[in-house]
Amino acid sequence: MWFHNLQELRHSASLANKVFIQRDYSEGTTCKFQTKFPSELETRIERSLFEDTVKTLNNYYAEAEKIGGQSYLEGCLACATAYLIFLCMETRYEKVLKKIAKYIQEQNEKIYAPRGLLITDPIERGMRVIEISIYEDRGSSGSSSSSSSVSGSTTR
Amino acid sequence: MKNDYQQIDPKTLPMPAPSHPPAPRGGDQEERQPQEQRRKARRKWQVFPGRNRFFCDGRIILARKSGVLPLTLGLILVTSGLFFVFDCPFLVQHLTMCVPVIGGVLFVFVLITLLQTTLTDPGILPRATPDEAADIEKQIDESRNGGYQSPPRTREVEINGQVVKLKYCPTCKMFRPPRTSHCRVCDNCVERFDHHCPWVGNCVGKRNYRFFYFFIVSLSFHTAFIFGCVTTHLALMIQEHETSFSHMDLELVVCFFSVWSIVGLSGFHTYLVASNRTTNEDIKGSWSGKSGGEPVTNPYSHRNICKNCCSILCGPMPPSLIDRRGFLPEDECVQTGDGGDIELPVLTTKNEINMVGKHPCLPLHPAV
Repeated sequence: MWFHNLQELRHSASLANKVFIQRDYSEGTTCKFQTKFPSELETRIERSLFEDTVKTLNNYYAEAEKIGGQSYLEGCLACATAYLIFLCMETRYEKVLKKIAKYIQEQNEKIYAPRGLLITDPIERGMRVIEISIYEDRGSSGSSSSSSSVSGSTTR
Repeated sequence: MKNDYQQIDPKTLPMPAPSHPPAPRGGDQEERQPQEQRRKARRKWQVFPGRNRFFCDGRIILARKSGVLPLTLGLILVTSGLFFVFDCPFLVQHLTMCVPVIGGVLFVFVLITLLQTTLTDPGILPRATPDEAADIEKQIDESRNGGYQSPPRTREVEINGQVVKLKYCPTCKMFRPPRTSHCRVCDNCVERFDHHCPWVGNCVGKRNYRFFYFFIVSLSFHTAFIFGCVTTHLALMIQEHETSFSHMDLELVVCFFSVWSIVGLSGFHTYLVASNRTTNEDIKGSWSGKSGGEPVTNPYSHRNICKNCCSILCGPMPPSLIDRRGFLPEDECVQTGDGGDIELPVLTTKNEINMVGKHPCLPLHPAV
């Protein structure tokens, strides 16, 4: 293991590449991400771990956007108070977003950072993509075989 | 296998230091702890690329062009004011105390829903980061080189069995999600874009459609109520042979024309809500007619009027995605504009991440 935690990742690694997991619109506009395993991560993390992470995130988002008794109650109450209740009450969606942030933090610490990867919370990218940053060990010497996509993501 | 990293030369990419937590909020104060050579930490609304205005340090968002919002407000306030001042006392005397009460409730509801529609983020999508934009460009180039003959910069997805084309937005540098459209007035991509309403001075989209709907419905009731009350007042005064009712002319004229147009609009939007369509889709005829011999159907409809209404009007309130009050990281990660820098994810330790963001890139409070 090169990186034991996020601290070490920061101090001894440099960003090599970023992978973007796109949205899956097959069931409509509800928030769901594709579980297709990107080829760039093949040497870094087991497919099952990655799929578990994405599926759990998808489940969280489904829970947040679920239309059912509780959301109707919240909606009707909000309508009856002319939506002023949103000024003092946290919506169910916001509560789930906090759970998601905590989950991503845990995943980064336990699974991704030790493998030189970092997941960015989709809310920071407009819920469009799950951005996974791939880090390389900065300190080691070696051949300068940086992947070609690094140059593609440098400043224009 | 997982330890075989590709080793690269030690790079000199600066790793950003963890951002300092923001100073306690103090109204419109933006001052943070002064850093020796650093600029003061700025909030994301200050570098927002769309045509919007922000107040109260990013808490309130408004479209830059307020359209005829002052006229809307003026008409509502003046007509309601005249009603409360002149008609209510007479009708309380001759009819019932309920008249000003009902009028008052409707008036308050109309005002609040109007302000909510105007001041809420309609569902603006933040523009793609430079890395994301570069990745999309790469995918577009690859698909073009692969000889695939689809029109450039579109992507087809299948949604509930219906093929939908996603267009690339050159301003926001991303493929627009389904039902998203770029508003030329506000220069933003808006999710579930309905239309840009000059009367409320804002786009109507995913996050404020319910406010807009309740605004026009309550306004229909309010104008119809005032119209009815003024007509009753007029009739009673004619019975008593009174002749001075000049203020009523204005109320009658405003209400008469408003009732037809607003009730009509409410009816139209009720149809849209029941069939889960947007004004944009209805005008373009997206879900009527045929495509390639097959009739197109609306893939977003739940096929049940009740469920459609409930999901749009009573569904969960989605969060604002633009994080207006979040802090920019100290290396100034700006969204795609004119050649931004590489955006490095700001790393923080476990202790520094607080659920509702001391981290500058986490939303401080994803509300409104």
